Amino acid sequence: MNMQGWLGLAIFLIVLLLITKPLGIHLVRVLDVKSKTFLDPAIKPVEKLTYRILGIDPEKEQSWLQYTISILVFTIVTVLFTYLILRLQGFLPLNQDPKTFQAVADHLAFNTAVSFSTNTNWQSYSGESTMTYFSQMVGLALHNFMSAAAGIAVAAAVVRGIARHTTKTVGNFWVDLVRVHYYLLLPICILYALFLVWQGIPQNFRSYQTAKVVEAQKVQVPKKDANGNPVNDAKGNPVTQEQTVDSQTITEGPMASQMAIKMLGTNGGGFVNANAAHPFENPTPLSNFIQMLSIFAIPSALTYYLGRMVKNQKHGWAVWSAMALVFVTGVLICWHAEVAGNPNITSLGVNPAGGNMEGKEVRFGIFNSALFATITTDASCGAVNSMHDSYTPIGGLIPMLNIQLGEIIFGGVGAGLYGMILFVILAVFIAGLMVGRTPEYLGKKIESYDVKMAAFGVLLMAFSILGFSGWACVTDWGKAGINNSGPHGLSEILYAYTSCTGNNGSAFAGLTAAPTNGDPHYDITLGFAMLIGRFGMIIPVMALAGSLARKKLVATGAGTFPVSGPLFIVLLIGTILLVGALTFFPALSLGPILEHYLMYGGKLF
Amino acid sequence: MAAKKHSIFDPAIVGPAIIESFKKLNPITLAKNPVMFVTEVGAVITTLILFEGRGNLGFLIQIALWLWFTVLFANFAEAMAEGRGKAQARALRATRTQTFANRLVNGGDKTEEVPAERLRKGDLVLVTAGEIIPGDGDVVDGAATVDESAITGESAPVIREAGGDRSAVTGGTKVLSDVLKIRITSNPGETFLDRMIGLVEGAQRQKTPNEIALTILLSALTLIFVIAMMSMKAYGVYSGVDFSIPVLVALLVCLIPTTIGGLLSAIGIAGIDRLVQKNVLAMSGRSVEASGDVDVLLLDKTGTITLGNRQATEFLPAPNVDHQTLADAAQLASLADETPEGRSIVVLAKTAGIRGREILELGHAEFISFTAQTRMSGVDLDGASYRKGAADAIRKFVGGKLPEAVEKDVITVSSEGATPLVVAKNEEVLGAIRLKDVVKGGLADRFERFRAMGIKTIMITGDNRLTAAAIAKEAGVDDFLFEAKPEDKLARIRQEQSEGHLVAMTGDGTNDAPALAQADVGVAMNTGTQAAKEAGNMVDLDSNPTKLIEIVEIGKQLLITRGALTTFSIANDVAKYFAIIPAMLMDKFPQIAPLNIMGLKTNSSAILSAVIFNAVIIIALIPLALKGVKFRPLGAAKILQRNLLIYGLGGIILPFIGIKLIDLIITALHLA
Repeated sequence: MNMQGWLGLAIFLIVLLLITKPLGIHLVRVLDVKSKTFLDPAIKPVEKLTYRILGIDPEKEQSWLQYTISILVFTIVTVLFTYLILRLQGFLPLNQDPKTFQAVADHLAFNTAVSFSTNTNWQSYSGESTMTYFSQMVGLALHNFMSAAAGIAVAAAVVRGIARHTTKTVGNFWVDLVRVHYYLLLPICILYALFLVWQGIPQNFRSYQTAKVVEAQKVQVPKKDANGNPVNDAKGNPVTQEQTVDSQTITEGPMASQMAIKMLGTNGGGFVNANAAHPFENPTPLSNFIQMLSIFAIPSALTYYLGRMVKNQKHGWAVWSAMALVFVTGVLICWHAEVAGNPNITSLGVNPAGGNMEGKEVRFGIFNSALFATITTDASCGAVNSMHDSYTPIGGLIPMLNIQLGEIIFGGVGAGLYGMILFVILAVFIAGLMVGRTPEYLGKKIESYDVKMAAFGVLLMAFSILGFSGWACVTDWGKAGINNSGPHGLSEILYAYTSCTGNNGSAFAGLTAAPTNGDPHYDITLGFAMLIGRFGMIIPVMALAGSLARKKLVATGAGTFPVSGPLFIVLLIGTILLVGALTFFPALSLGPILEHYLMYGGKLF
Repeated sequence: MAAKKHSIFDPAIVGPAIIESFKKLNPITLAKNPVMFVTEVGAVITTLILFEGRGNLGFLIQIALWLWFTVLFANFAEAMAEGRGKAQARALRATRTQTFANRLVNGGDKTEEVPAERLRKGDLVLVTAGEIIPGDGDVVDGAATVDESAITGESAPVIREAGGDRSAVTGGTKVLSDVLKIRITSNPGETFLDRMIGLVEGAQRQKTPNEIALTILLSALTLIFVIAMMSMKAYGVYSGVDFSIPVLVALLVCLIPTTIGGLLSAIGIAGIDRLVQKNVLAMSGRSVEASGDVDVLLLDKTGTITLGNRQATEFLPAPNVDHQTLADAAQLASLADETPEGRSIVVLAKTAGIRGREILELGHAEFISFTAQTRMSGVDLDGASYRKGAADAIRKFVGGKLPEAVEKDVITVSSEGATPLVVAKNEEVLGAIRLKDVVKGGLADRFERFRAMGIKTIMITGDNRLTAAAIAKEAGVDDFLFEAKPEDKLARIRQEQSEGHLVAMTGDGTNDAPALAQADVGVAMNTGTQAAKEAGNMVDLDSNPTKLIEIVEIGKQLLITRGALTTFSIANDVAKYFAIIPAMLMDKFPQIAPLNIMGLKTNSSAILSAVIFNAVIIIALIPLALKGVKFRPLGAAKILQRNLLIYGLGGIILPFIGIKLIDLIITALHLA
């Protein structure tokens, strides 16, 4: 763990801290339809026109139920839209020349449409060999914006529910959706995309280019029969044949515009399969730093928004601090584990670049890979600049645990904050009793309905992750997908359902969710995991928002539970770790933890 | 009531509680408690597997036994709490049996003897000296002394009379003198006594809102662990380890919050029981909980903040009159004055060096007693007239004017919120006496602690602003309501509530009833009217308004105990994982040994130790559940810090030690 890394971490935290307040104040204005922003002169007329076209009365607010139904209707329509685009992309414009990309298979189209609309961006395909530019831009990038905006809208509705009292309404979804797009995401993304173009990310509609390589290489590839199925020998091992590689396809396309929202909206869906490890998606150290920063930017600012809205800025900063502390702890453990590397290799007298470099880009090195992996899983981003599958068991445990904790360490845009509020409610409820009063959160009594909703959210997450992964690991289709045996294979399955339920989208790359034999089990179950993870959280959280908004305000005083200060921060972290650890320890003990001890016992997978 | 305090493990309660613990195994009743229900299902499954006769039987039998013990211990905790209430109910019930009533019939001409349980609301009964009052009611005619010790435990008889604020009588109490005509106000089974018995026995106990919320959380945790164990079985299949069902059940039972699940209802019952021991009856568990939330206390001045009466505290002699002379005259003028004020003057004179005098030694004296017309009292002795009275009355007596210095003293004393009396001998004004409301000792300190807890105290008084302000300052209350009428009280409660406060108050009169009903916690005095008792949600049998403070503390203690044991229960799980998970994996993957950080001897001893700890901790915590966590009047942040340290951090550490100890013991005994 070198000086450069420590410095990098410090700079990252300081810059994040610096942008939190200004962006938070901007959010306060964006999320209040009556407020003015500095963008008003340019955008207000467009905003008004939009409302008129869509027939929305911006003054009219919705109840939590109307708000939730709006989200659901919006999602269903947009999922269908993307599904159709993917199925019909062969007939749609902006295909490669000649038209190489045909319709996406039905279960993959379902999986992908759900994946992008739930802000997951799990990709069971390689973008550069599956999607047309039209599908990328209209079918997928569109969702990068819309799912991010919907997440922020839900967070705003929840915060309003906390801040308001004795009222039924929590805002208007359509207004929030429009304003987040017009005043927040689009302006930032335009500048951000230009910055990325400057850094060297392509932004064009050109067809893929073919280049002759300087030195032709010979490689062994699996032999395939006429139908494209792999040929196996008598023992069932794949037969390989030699192939000479003398040319290379260079991917092109409208990448920069997609990269901007992919990070800012914590989507994480790559234009190409290698995601942010690809030099086109993430060309320079500066682009790497800004991409990491942009993942945390809005989630971090939302904590400021929370503090401002509930008129308790200390509470906002307490939530921020709890997030930051868990984040830093995660980075340090992951970084340490990767630097320590694999003892079986170091014991041979080999020092592999001072740690475990497998699956990492040499340009980023261990620290920037560990940092990126932690950030992308703390938030529900899922973009990767290294392969999490290749991490040491403990190094890989951190990303997985980050998602299992609920992606509330800053978390996804909006999703991080509303997920965190569930934990705040649970922490306040359990520990709040200990001050001798009915637990209350910011003047609202936490009653059985609220506990029910908070518990429901946590429960569904656990059910989806543990249920699906338990099912997959005892079935043939489940075991067929994994690349490694033993506990590492279990980690791959567990990670997949964790990532999808958490709407993260990153993968332990070893898992093949879309096998060549076309088995749809993974695509479908992972698709459902994404839906449960998204709406199994949004619906109870919105119900909670409605319930909080209806409540009377209880006066606060010296006898009230403190929701700021070191004590609260420790309590919140304790609750998050305890709930997460207790739920997932059995699963993790058979996956990464067991693998760790076996590795030190000399057994690798 | 017979507020006997029982020692925690009183054999008279423990015996029946053990029997009750087995009766409570009935799954239908146990289903109300999801955590313990799951534990029982686990115990049944393990027992059934036992009969397959496979595996390590000695180990399996022990696991099954301890799982049953876990359920039994939880049942025992509940039975203990109920038993303590029942012991108190028994004494009450004894008073109720075999009561006959003389019901008035024929418009009151005749009486007929009927059993008490046949009385209905509205019946008129006649109760004469030596008889038991057959039911709750209002005295409509007569006045009598009544022995209410069966209800209040207070042996001194009290007066009950028609009209006014002392008209309510309680069934089961005994008339000592005279005759009362009583209108019965409740049907059999609904009387005060019945409600009391029901409450202390826990028979009518309903889960309070907070208990329901907590049960939901505990059920959710239980469900999470159920799915975690089921998925564990699947991961085991994948990893080539066959986790046996009893071991998975053992792990499940260790993880689900059995500690709080087992003690939850005991905590609630014990909370009500603690109130009863303080001679306060709560009409519902909900009101006990609410009293913990109260952050505004409305306290009547008289009786709550001050002692009932004003007392003489100082002699203020006129110029050229010495202190002794004034004290001597004041004493003479007060000798026959039997009011508390008069007696306090005699006492004050004694401290000023005037020897005590008996009325008898002044045989030739003529005592003038206080009348509403003269507004003076005194004595004519040896040709001199000694008088004391209000300033204007004495002014009239001495023929027009008070000395300037005395006038000034009178004004000063009034402006300080006290009452001045002036003393004269014939036409000579000797000086003034300061009569003051005396604030009860220790109250200022107590209010200070309340302030730290975030509870605001408001004093209510009929006094004028000056007097009220002076007493408020001395007592250390945060605010006061002066010249208050009953409707002002109600208005103030509504105002506080609209600002989000929860208000508690005490009251006894019929005109307090609306305010008692409006308050979140309304404590009616037992000496008060039936209307007040009906309106409030608690009754203080000692009729001591200061007890409001203790009620709040008991409410808080109840919630703290619940929270502390929940935190403790969940924190315990960490150690249990470290005990059981390595033990489950050791056979197949010996490399996992470092995870066994407690260094538990064998796989079976590790699992067994965790299960035993999990069961035994319930028994160990019964005293805490029944007595409640010690309450300290501190701010929320301090209380939280303290309890998080003890029950949170302590809850993580303690089981590591406990499980290790049990492991040492059972391996020494060769049990595993």
